[in-house]
Amino acid sequence: MAGSIEQRIPLGAEGAASLPFLDRIHEWVVTVDHKRLGLMYIAGGLVFFIVAGLQAMTIRLQLAVPNAGLVPPDMFNRLMTMHGTTMVFLVGMPILTGFFNYLVPLMIGARDLAFPRLNAFGFWIWLFGSLLLYFSYIGGNGLYGAGSAPDVGWFAYAPLTERAFSRGNSTDYWILSIFLTSVGSTATSINLIATAFSMRCEGMTLRKMPVLVWLAVVVSFMMLIALPPLAAAQVMLLLDRFIGAHFFDTQAGGSAVLWQHFFWIFGHPEVYILVIPAFAFASEIIPVFSRKVIFGYEVMVAASAGIAFISMSVWAHHMFAVGMTPAGNAFFATSSMLVGVPTGIKIFNWIGTMWGGKIRFKVPMLFAIAFLLQFLIAGLTGIMVAVAPFDWQLTDTYFVVAHFHYVLVGAIVFMIFAAIYYWFPKATGRMLSQQLGKWHFWLFFIGFHLTFDTMHFAGLHGMPRRIFTYQPGRGLETLNLVESIGAFVQALGILFFVINVVSSLRSGEPAGNDPWDAWTLEWAAASPPPPYNFAELPVIGSRRPLWDLKHPEDPDSKYE
Amino acid sequence: MKRWLPILLGLVGTPLVALANDWGMGDSNAKIPPPTIFSPVSTPANEINTVAYFTIVICAVIFVIVAGLIVYSIIRFRERPGDDGREPAQVYGSNPIEFAWTTVPVLIVFVLILTTVRTIYSVQAAPRPPDSILVRVIGHQWWWEFRYPELGVVTANELHVPLSDPAHPTPTFLDLESADVAHSFWVPRLAGKTDVIPNRKNQMWIDPYQPGTYLGQCAEYCGTEHALMLLRVIVEPRPDFDRWIAAQKQPSVGDSSVDHGRQIFETTACVNCHVVQGTAAEGRFGPDLTHLMARETIGAGAAMNTPENLKIWVHNPSVVKPGALMPPMNLSEKDLDDLVAYLITLR
Repeated sequence: MAGSIEQRIPLGAEGAASLPFLDRIHEWVVTVDHKRLGLMYIAGGLVFFIVAGLQAMTIRLQLAVPNAGLVPPDMFNRLMTMHGTTMVFLVGMPILTGFFNYLVPLMIGARDLAFPRLNAFGFWIWLFGSLLLYFSYIGGNGLYGAGSAPDVGWFAYAPLTERAFSRGNSTDYWILSIFLTSVGSTATSINLIATAFSMRCEGMTLRKMPVLVWLAVVVSFMMLIALPPLAAAQVMLLLDRFIGAHFFDTQAGGSAVLWQHFFWIFGHPEVYILVIPAFAFASEIIPVFSRKVIFGYEVMVAASAGIAFISMSVWAHHMFAVGMTPAGNAFFATSSMLVGVPTGIKIFNWIGTMWGGKIRFKVPMLFAIAFLLQFLIAGLTGIMVAVAPFDWQLTDTYFVVAHFHYVLVGAIVFMIFAAIYYWFPKATGRMLSQQLGKWHFWLFFIGFHLTFDTMHFAGLHGMPRRIFTYQPGRGLETLNLVESIGAFVQALGILFFVINVVSSLRSGEPAGNDPWDAWTLEWAAASPPPPYNFAELPVIGSRRPLWDLKHPEDPDSKYE
Repeated sequence: MKRWLPILLGLVGTPLVALANDWGMGDSNAKIPPPTIFSPVSTPANEINTVAYFTIVICAVIFVIVAGLIVYSIIRFRERPGDDGREPAQVYGSNPIEFAWTTVPVLIVFVLILTTVRTIYSVQAAPRPPDSILVRVIGHQWWWEFRYPELGVVTANELHVPLSDPAHPTPTFLDLESADVAHSFWVPRLAGKTDVIPNRKNQMWIDPYQPGTYLGQCAEYCGTEHALMLLRVIVEPRPDFDRWIAAQKQPSVGDSSVDHGRQIFETTACVNCHVVQGTAAEGRFGPDLTHLMARETIGAGAAMNTPENLKIWVHNPSVVKPGALMPPMNLSEKDLDDLVAYLITLR
């Protein structure tokens, strides 16, 4: 332990490469740099993505044929619970948080987030919560015969979560770990709002803020509003389980429906919390690869804010079958369909952006185009499930599973991959291979459609979700086999992605500062950017400062 | 390679077929038309079917137009080889266009909302006519209890309802309750699903106008055996239904040749959970067995109701339905045979 802090922990990126391994780890652990924390969020999310993906593979293997005995029912229920919980809280949230962490300060010409230490706190509390969830495999056994990992489904409907039906501690692990990750997300959202409102570089008025930063603000406000109900409900459930409160304990007069309201008041905005970052990536990537400015900037921002507002009042569309009054059902059907309007506006504006452009089919753009088509379908099946009577048939079936995987995979995961291919050169200084990327894209695209297109039909044929097996003779065999084959094609695509990342990190083509000929501020920084991002803080005159530099004869500032 | 193929397939396939005994359910299911939501035989399912087709057609038209625009623009506006490298014209937006593609969706949504609300009220707010049948449906982990309070009948897992003549409908109204956790009652060809929630009473109705057997199952995740919480609805013409009711009201008939089996039933744990009318068995935790053999399946549709399957079930239910709450009975081979001999007299 000789030497001063400065000697042991050089602050510059240059010093990092030459450090011994342990010191390099130490440097990542103590960092408060938004870029490093962002990368750790993304890396952590990708690791859990592989874990939850393997869980999905096991689920698809079990469901490939009727009456299969690969995994027993209890294990299947744990797999599907952990798959859902992991994908939402340990994959979607950290990866999107990570991108915002990384990009927001760079895009507004700042040196870091407003509260760097809070940012580090958010990451580590998230990581702790995540590991706690998986520790349940070891620590969940509280009683003889009680399960290990949570097996109550990712929305943990009461009273299945009460002591009488969920013995041991697996449900407590679910409660506490998700509670902790929510603390991290709340910290991040406060940080992002403060950063976007107070750290913009000179010249960047709110109307000149990149669309991505606007959407980060929208998402952050949504998190601040949506996460507390979940946390409150989880505390109530803990009280039920440990000191005999009766909030959701139906045997003592509690209400099972109350939990559903609490959960979906969080749960529906959560879907938008996850998908709006995908919109944000699309709004940066589609213009650059179409070589055109985003069509209708103000409308895009307003539509996102509109989605955020309306999405706060649609939660009970998850509950059309719980026996609400006709008036209640009518209200939530109406509000749910209204979300379709601003969502449609966004799709039209992206098409408007491509219209008349010169579209370059690089890998990020391939993913973005697939996103457009898939998100269109997800939106239309969303309209179908918003038609409350139709939803009485569709809810809790594979149709719904197909619908939300179209959103979560077809839109969000596709845009996450687009974003990784797009910003990887900025973060690492090296390009990802276009050729491997195309293999990745096409395999993932084909596998996605094999799996999730067929799921719609399984649902229409009466297959409920969350069943560990199904009997032969009900017309479900072929559909399920195709779904399982598709899952393995997707896995093959992911394998190409992993190979691509590993090999490109070592020997990818050097990227330079601005490999895509893009227009936002992050491309003015070095690749990878130094800890201070910009040697001199930029001064901008329009939404696309680099366009103005590249086209001094026709700058954006003339039109905005 | 050829020699290894069967071994390889065997290695991969063994875990998959480990439970391949379907206890006769595959053949039985195959005789029943699959439970698709697009072949309704009851008014609620039919109304849903109409609004579903309407919605699907609208969505399909939207899809064709918008996907067409996307595909057209990526083909028409792709960067061509030998491009001059100049940036295309930058278009920042257009208020009239934005206005147009806001208004059109609003109008479509308006039409859809009107249709939706109309169907919600016509299904949910339908009054109960005087000559309807009332059934209390009670969800249990993982089976269904059906009680006909006005007819004095209790059965499980296979719901009998009378055929409803569209000219003079005799619908069946279902009062849904749960004994433990949340379930959902779903028979796709008869109606949409309605959740079965503890400490709450929900209601739904069906008026099937075509006789037959309809497959359904629990649609809300309810624990270990959610997947095997199946149910069947048997729709029969009124005279047949009345005969079934009359038969169900009879107590079990004593048959002296199976006295030993009955004795075993009455002196072991069976009576704690099961009812057999006319005997000491008054347990309420499990299904009523008074007319066990009038049912096609056991274990909520997990197995066909044959003497062989019954024997395996009583010996250890988890062989058929892992996690089922009925414990293995640990009877000697002879006692088991005698008990099953008794059970199959419960017609």
